[in-house]
Amino acid sequence: MRPEPHLIDYAIILLYFAFVLGIGFVLKKYMKTSTDFFLSGRSIPAWIAGLAFLSANLGAQEVIGMGASGAKYGISTSHFYWIGAVPAMLFVGVFMMPFYYGSRARSVPEYLKLRFDEKTRGFNAISFAVMTVFSSGVSMYAMGKLLQLLLGWNFTAAILISALIVLAYTFLGGLTSAIYNEVLQFFLIVMGFIPLVYLGLRDVGGWDGLKVRIANDAMVHSWKYMGHSNANPMGVEWFGMLMGLAFVLSFGYWCTDFLVMQRAMAADSMTAARRTPVIAAFPKMVFPFLVILPGMIAGVVTSSKMHDASAKEGVAASAAAPSSFFTGGKGIIPPKYDPAGKPVVADGKVVLDYDLATPMMLVRYFPSGLLGLGLCALIASFMSGMAGNTTAFNTVWTYDIYQSYINKTASDQHYLWMGRASTIFGLAISLMAAFVAKEFNNILDVLQLVFAFVNAPLFATFMLGMFWKRTTGHGAFWGLLGGTVAAATHYGLTLPAGAVPGVKGGYLGPILHVYPSEMAQNFWTAIFAWVGCFTLTVVISLLTAARPEQELKGLVYSLTAKPEEGGLKWYQKPATLALIVLVLLAGLNLVFW
Amino acid sequence: MGFDIRMPIGMLFSLFGILLLGYGAATRGSVMYDEHSLGVNMNVWWGVVLLVFGLVMLALTRLRRKK
Repeated sequence: MRPEPHLIDYAIILLYFAFVLGIGFVLKKYMKTSTDFFLSGRSIPAWIAGLAFLSANLGAQEVIGMGASGAKYGISTSHFYWIGAVPAMLFVGVFMMPFYYGSRARSVPEYLKLRFDEKTRGFNAISFAVMTVFSSGVSMYAMGKLLQLLLGWNFTAAILISALIVLAYTFLGGLTSAIYNEVLQFFLIVMGFIPLVYLGLRDVGGWDGLKVRIANDAMVHSWKYMGHSNANPMGVEWFGMLMGLAFVLSFGYWCTDFLVMQRAMAADSMTAARRTPVIAAFPKMVFPFLVILPGMIAGVVTSSKMHDASAKEGVAASAAAPSSFFTGGKGIIPPKYDPAGKPVVADGKVVLDYDLATPMMLVRYFPSGLLGLGLCALIASFMSGMAGNTTAFNTVWTYDIYQSYINKTASDQHYLWMGRASTIFGLAISLMAAFVAKEFNNILDVLQLVFAFVNAPLFATFMLGMFWKRTTGHGAFWGLLGGTVAAATHYGLTLPAGAVPGVKGGYLGPILHVYPSEMAQNFWTAIFAWVGCFTLTVVISLLTAARPEQELKGLVYSLTAKPEEGGLKWYQKPATLALIVLVLLAGLNLVFW
Repeated sequence: MGFDIRMPIGMLFSLFGILLLGYGAATRGSVMYDEHSLGVNMNVWWGVVLLVFGLVMLALTRLRRKK
């Protein structure tokens, strides 16, 4: 079913490229100081920062991964949004932003330096910088592979061109350019996916028709089967879901990751910064319909209509790959193929290539013309994620590594120059990582595992740091390390069902517990990391000398004046907006219970 | 900042709208609509939506400039 995009589709994609580049060129003249380049001169209005906050995270992982997860697990995937991301975004906006923005820190690691000490910042800055360039490489690899498989495009050309475009516009216009383009990309992704969901749902007879076709009650209810891990396809029970996914992982990501936080830090005022994640929460709440539903639909529709139609009209099915591509697949989700072109089989069952669920939907339902728009949305999602990584990396590199450890006293112009230089070498390393990933898939699996261990305990450190004034730098640093070790240890002593020891866990020898699924194992690894970090930080903090309270003003909740909200209208108050989102969120959870 | 992001967004989506609308009108009755979009000429319909969205964005840009 490989489509052959027509001239019109290429025209749409080229037009999009021209506009993102154009935005970079227009913004070049505004980049005069390093603050302009790394922080948009703290001049971004709340709604723009909010959409960019959302869009920077809307990389390959979300659009492709959530579709894949929808096809595999059904509507339970919405937990990633409705108890995970959205509550975390409200929390960071209402409670944590006053410290990030109010401290005038230029990055998340710099906040750690202000609140704790140099070593805690160093640990966070270096691990973040390394993670960012490599994850960017991983998503480039995913994009190249996808475009190659779907459209027959050249892997190298596809990632080189998109990386060069991202390089050009972030190099020229810095964070502002990334943010403005993220807003454009946000609308593009939304406008590209709405017709997909519309056509898909229309084909299966709406949500009710989809339920009938899926014929598996556990896939169309988000909570009903969460009582026990055996009862639902995710293999996770409600506690692991609430604690592991929602509290530890989602709060850990949305409340501490500089990639998204940078957008809020660029906002033009404290209230704008606080509103940034809350504004982002509104569209985030409805994103499951755009990204999860296509995956669910992909599992139950057929491509047969297309073949029938071609046969009827006597059109040679040149655009359609041999239907054997789908043999053994599910719906329009094809099986995974090994390099020899044979379907991969495990346990006597064909392994499905779930990552193709959403892309196949585009090909299935979009005629030429609309297909260009859909592909554009897909490419936009990759590029916004890549730009997000790039701008976060060049800032942390320049401020938290270069200025802190290598060259402390250079002029502002020099740091601006370094920002541009690191944009280039950051992307170059990512590109190399993408090519390494192509050749040696396992190296990146191991790297991503290490990143997961480093990230898991972060939320404990930030929460204690912001809400308990007694937390000390030594406590924070050793707590973080301890949490990382706890994660690696737990992972090394457990396995998901059916896996062999190695990158899936169990590498420490004895297997103390077997989880029903990888997801359950990941959630519990995060819980152990969080508890380990929390306990260790508290104990060591109590054993070490506290910092004088006047040094912690503006950095800790109990020593910071509440943000002024007197002159604001009700719809401008972060807390009021957050409350509205919470009510809607409760409604969504109930409707899809 | 003097540069309003709604302007390029408005321009791009208006152009997308015109392109899809034009292409959809030129390919009326094509078999590809039966093959893909359930017999609906989605290019025309979605082209109109994109065009309206683009024009609204452009109007908002002008409105702000007048202020």
